[in-house]
Amino acid sequence: MTSLGKKYIMAVSGLILVGFVIGHMAGNLQMFLHPDWINAYAYKLQNLPYGLLWIVRLVLLAAVVAHIVTAMLLVIENRRARPQGYSVDKPIQATFASRTMRYSGVILLAFIVFHILHFTTQHVHPEFRDLYRPLEGVGTIHGAYDLLEATGKNHVHDVYSMVAIGFSAQYWYISLFYVIAMGLLFLHLSHGISSMFQSVGLRNHTWRIRLDRAALVIAIALFVGFASIPVAGLLGILPYQDMVQGVHHMHPPTTP
Amino acid sequence: MSEKSLNLNLRVWRQKNADAPGKFVTYKLDNISPDSSFLEMLDLLNEQLIDSGEEPVAFDHDCREGICGSCSLTINGIPHGKGRMMTTCQLHMRSFENGETITIEPFRAQPFPVIRDLVVNREPFDKIMQAGGFIDQRIGSAQDANALPISKETADKAMDAAACIGCGACVAACPNASAMLFTGAKMSQLNLLPQGQPERYKRAINMVDAMDANGFGNCTNIGECEAACPKGISLDFIAMMNRDYAVAKVKRFFSGAA
Amino acid sequence: MNLDPKIPDGPLEKKWTTAKANYKLVNPANRRKYSVIVVGSGLAGGGAAAALGEQGYNVKCFCFQDSPRRAHSIAAQGGINAAKNYQNDGDSVYRLFYDTIKGGDYRSREGNVYRLAEVSTSIIDQCVAQGVPFAREYGGMLDNRSFGGAQVSRTFYARGQTGQQLLLGVYQSLSRQIGLGQVKMYNRHEMLDVVLVNGVAKGIITRNMVNGKIERWAADAVVIASGGYSTVFFLSTNAAGTNVSAAWRAHKRGAGFANPCFTQIHPTCIPQEGEHQSKLTLMSESLRNDGRVWAPKKKEDCGKNPKDIPEEDRDYFLERKYPSFGNLAPRDISSRAAKEVCDEGRGVGPVVAGERRGVYLDFRDAIQRLGRKTIEARYGNLFDMYENITGENAYERPMRIYPAPHYTMGGLWVDYNLMTSITGLFAAGEANFSDHGANRLGASALMQGLADGFFVLPYTLGNYLGSIPPGEAGKIDINDPAFADAENAVKESVGKLVSIKGKTSPRSLHTALGKIMWNKVGMARSKESLTSAIDEIRALRERFWNDVLIPGGGDELNIELERAGRVADHLEFAELLCFDALDRNESCGGHFRVEHQTEDGEAVRHDDQYANVSVWEFTGVGNKPKKHVEPLNFENIKLAVRSYK
Ligand SMILES: Cc1cc2nc3c(=O)[nH]c(=O)nc-3n(C[C@H](O)[C@H](O)[C@H](O)COP(=O)(O)OP(=O)(O)OC[C@H]3O[C@@H](n4cnc5c(N)ncnc54)[C@H](O)[C@@H]3O)c2cc1C
Ligand code: HEM
Ligand code: SF4
Ligand code: FES
Repeated sequence: MTSLGKKYIMAVSGLILVGFVIGHMAGNLQMFLHPDWINAYAYKLQNLPYGLLWIVRLVLLAAVVAHIVTAMLLVIENRRARPQGYSVDKPIQATFASRTMRYSGVILLAFIVFHILHFTTQHVHPEFRDLYRPLEGVGTIHGAYDLLEATGKNHVHDVYSMVAIGFSAQYWYISLFYVIAMGLLFLHLSHGISSMFQSVGLRNHTWRIRLDRAALVIAIALFVGFASIPVAGLLGILPYQDMVQGVHHMHPPTTP
Repeated sequence: MSEKSLNLNLRVWRQKNADAPGKFVTYKLDNISPDSSFLEMLDLLNEQLIDSGEEPVAFDHDCREGICGSCSLTINGIPHGKGRMMTTCQLHMRSFENGETITIEPFRAQPFPVIRDLVVNREPFDKIMQAGGFIDQRIGSAQDANALPISKETADKAMDAAACIGCGACVAACPNASAMLFTGAKMSQLNLLPQGQPERYKRAINMVDAMDANGFGNCTNIGECEAACPKGISLDFIAMMNRDYAVAKVKRFFSGAA
Repeated sequence: MNLDPKIPDGPLEKKWTTAKANYKLVNPANRRKYSVIVVGSGLAGGGAAAALGEQGYNVKCFCFQDSPRRAHSIAAQGGINAAKNYQNDGDSVYRLFYDTIKGGDYRSREGNVYRLAEVSTSIIDQCVAQGVPFAREYGGMLDNRSFGGAQVSRTFYARGQTGQQLLLGVYQSLSRQIGLGQVKMYNRHEMLDVVLVNGVAKGIITRNMVNGKIERWAADAVVIASGGYSTVFFLSTNAAGTNVSAAWRAHKRGAGFANPCFTQIHPTCIPQEGEHQSKLTLMSESLRNDGRVWAPKKKEDCGKNPKDIPEEDRDYFLERKYPSFGNLAPRDISSRAAKEVCDEGRGVGPVVAGERRGVYLDFRDAIQRLGRKTIEARYGNLFDMYENITGENAYERPMRIYPAPHYTMGGLWVDYNLMTSITGLFAAGEANFSDHGANRLGASALMQGLADGFFVLPYTLGNYLGSIPPGEAGKIDINDPAFADAENAVKESVGKLVSIKGKTSPRSLHTALGKIMWNKVGMARSKESLTSAIDEIRALRERFWNDVLIPGGGDELNIELERAGRVADHLEFAELLCFDALDRNESCGGHFRVEHQTEDGEAVRHDDQYANVSVWEFTGVGNKPKKHVEPLNFENIKLAVRSYK
């Protein structure tokens, strides 16, 4: 594959991931609303029609794989192009973020794996699988409530409590890891979002400054948005903190 | 005119030939006029070495006024040294401190192997040019020069790209030893001009392929090249190359040539 | 020595057309059988190699830099002339022809110069078509400026990098031919001899500068386009690697050397700062449009800060001596005036080797009159360059300038077809003597290089090749004894150089030669200065061959060996330059003999005796060379005296 081919793949897969991350964060911020919001939202996603969930997952998986494989090729080839380094190696203007993409990326990968095991498959805390809660009818914006009504179910997986407990003080190290990972995401994207446009040739001197600034703003917003949740969980200051169910008094799923 | 003179410690990369291992050797050089250029300082080092029967340090140079692109050298970790928008031959000793230790290394990149000491082989740049860095126009067959007006804006932009002196500092500065700034500049100069249009996309593909074939690294948009470039060649030209190459590939795909 | 200039008969305007119509041609299918060696990849050599490759000949091109793109043509800043008359200001081929002959002080051939002016227009067409980004006006048309005192705006330019852009155009054409396999390029190869088989040039010997290998190359014709020899003065505006070697070795093999004493000094260079200096930097002459040149009246003021020298103690010597032209007096005149002032002990700047060599170029009045902004807009980059080199701010303290050797009009003698006195050996660009007479006009060297390379040699060389039957083409055997002899001679001289192992570095010997040349053969020459220069050069040459120290051997990249070889040639050539200067008993263009001047110090030509070309034949190192004369016939132009009072 040519050097530019790899650039395009990095940019396109990066763009997909950025799009996902922005949407994901917006979804996650429902943690600051009534539990119904995020629970209904999660339920809706789980029950998308036509296997849409899996299509999206496959696209994301493809993007992640393409991104990682290409990144590895880049790293290997770039090492080969400079077999002997400088004895004095002083960057002139390169940002820390741009020089550490490969490191921030690798840690992000580790994070992504953990994150999936943590909240998606819940292998980290299998007991989370048993958290259920009836919807109270708040936050019908997703239409999830109606969906549920139609099926006659009234209990859904209590994502709200799962996240709140997952980030609670007893698991302080997990929250810390999340915050650090989000810091790395910030680093990665503060360079990546503008870089993407350069890679596909949609940037020039004027737009470079704008895009660099925009990248910074988006990366900060993502960091604040994402990190606020583990932080709030850790400090126990979610607005509906009192509605968090303890793992010890879980409701068994009610069969209709 | 400065009065005081400098005493320096020079940590210089010495390597007998392409196959021999290299190492740093430190030399003391005294009484250097702050008005001398960096290369004149090296001339004096060589005079001192010759006087003591040692072999002088080999380095490339010719015009000594920042235009031929011969001089190279990575000085204290920066290609062409710390002066912005200037070549090694334009760097003057007044920007160094008395007693300073200066580390002088060759440009380092796999496609630029060391020939001796600080001299490297930059022929891969010529190879990139031979692959497509030209307009296919027979000598003597041109129409009147003013028959085709070119807006001042376009001409100026092409000139910005054309200012590249082919020194290789961009490759030397890039953590990935990528040659995209050079290739982007050379390609964009021609792709911007109306005369360059007929071969625009063929040129994009051929030059990029030659760049890859010569073992340069991949661009990760870090921008060290632009900062080290003595002629201030802009990253914009890399973006232009990226775009032209993408369009070229798409065109080629739909034309069935794959 | 056969010095028939072979200028075609007929009226001036028809000569080139007639010549082209009568030239022999080589059938396109046969061209690949013919091979040509081109030494040099500048505008002249690179242009010729590209053009000949395009025509289908097998070309080998050599240069000593690591890439053909670095030939010294790259350094030209100002611009290139062409008789396009795009400005509608009365220019024409005839006017450019006339200006060039007059500017050359009537020491060049009408036929050659007219052809130069004639093809100048095609050069611009060609360059633009190749993608040279010349400066343009808002309407999209090419921009021009007036250069070097010309009364028309005929100079095309590309920012301050005209030479670079033109050379890159040539390099790109050349690259294309290299990619196609029509031209084989040999970088880091230095030509060290021409090989003559039965008196006809059939090849060269080179040294591979990376591994020291001495190699033989054969071809049906050889072109030398190796540039000028200003570095005989050591300090000059030319690139450090510039040398006379290729031309000199051809001369030693029998090629006549024409007018070596015609050298050009440029008035506005940054003065030498100290003994460490390796080159002098040229600053655009345009500075003289707004700067005023002066020196202190009193010697005691020379070391002072110029601010502290009151107006009445300043000598605006150009304005004083040449009231009508003032600070814009021509290159040679202003250069000499500056030298005289310094000779009187009124120079300024640092003391180098016991003297202050520099005069002020003061912008104080211009800044007062026009404001600093305007001056910054006009000359900002030059002021920056000056500050970078000298560490001084020219807005606050007057610039210091001094003349420096810049260009050499003399070179290998060639006929109208650019063939030297050796059959099959051609010379082009600054390496030949052909078009500039005793003085070159600004922006005309680039024009000549491209004319020779793109538009003249492709015809004249084809004509020569056409005289070789296709059956004999490319049949030169590099095992011929002539090749073996030449190779052995080169090996011997390289071996000798590295084995001397004396005590003196090549650079210091070059510096010593430069001092002799600059002081005695520089801006002003006299019988005494030239005779003593010859003695000193001989002594220095003797010292060189006994005492030069070249560390390392011949079979590796050896920068001191390269330098020493060039210095050795300069040491022989310098003597020829002096003989020519001594022989030419007149002042003319860049050649000023103090014996031949008016009371006010104006040059006095002697057209009755010297309206001709001096062509020298080599008779052995240390022997007086033999002079031949090619008379110059002026059929269209009347000789006149220049006056700038
Ligand atoms: C600072 C400066 C500014 C100038 N500005 C202008 C200007 O504005 N306008 C203008 O018209 N002119 C200008 N000139 C003059 C002009 O640049 C030159 O005269 C012209 O470019 C010479 O071109 P060339 O092709 O003859 O030789 P060059 O470009 O000098 O090329 C010589 C070639 O010969 C090769 N060579 C030499 N010796 C050997 C050898 N022994 N073996 C192998 N290869 C060899 C070199 O590698 C090189 O490739 C300027 C000159 C200088 C120094
Ligand atoms: C999964 C582990 C990851 C690894 C190993 C990784 C690695 C890298 C590397 C090495 C680069 C630099 C390549 C270049 O600039 O050309 C890069 C760029 C980029 N990454 Fe990642 N990354 C990862 C995850 C992510 C995630 C989660 C996102 C988005 C949220 C992302 C978005 C981007 C973007 C937008 C770019 C810039 C692409 C470009 O310059 O064209 N990456 N990544
Ligand atoms: S782009 Fe700049 S750094 Fe790279 S070769 Fe050209 S001039 Fe040198
Ligand atoms: S020596 Fe020519 S650019 Fe430095």
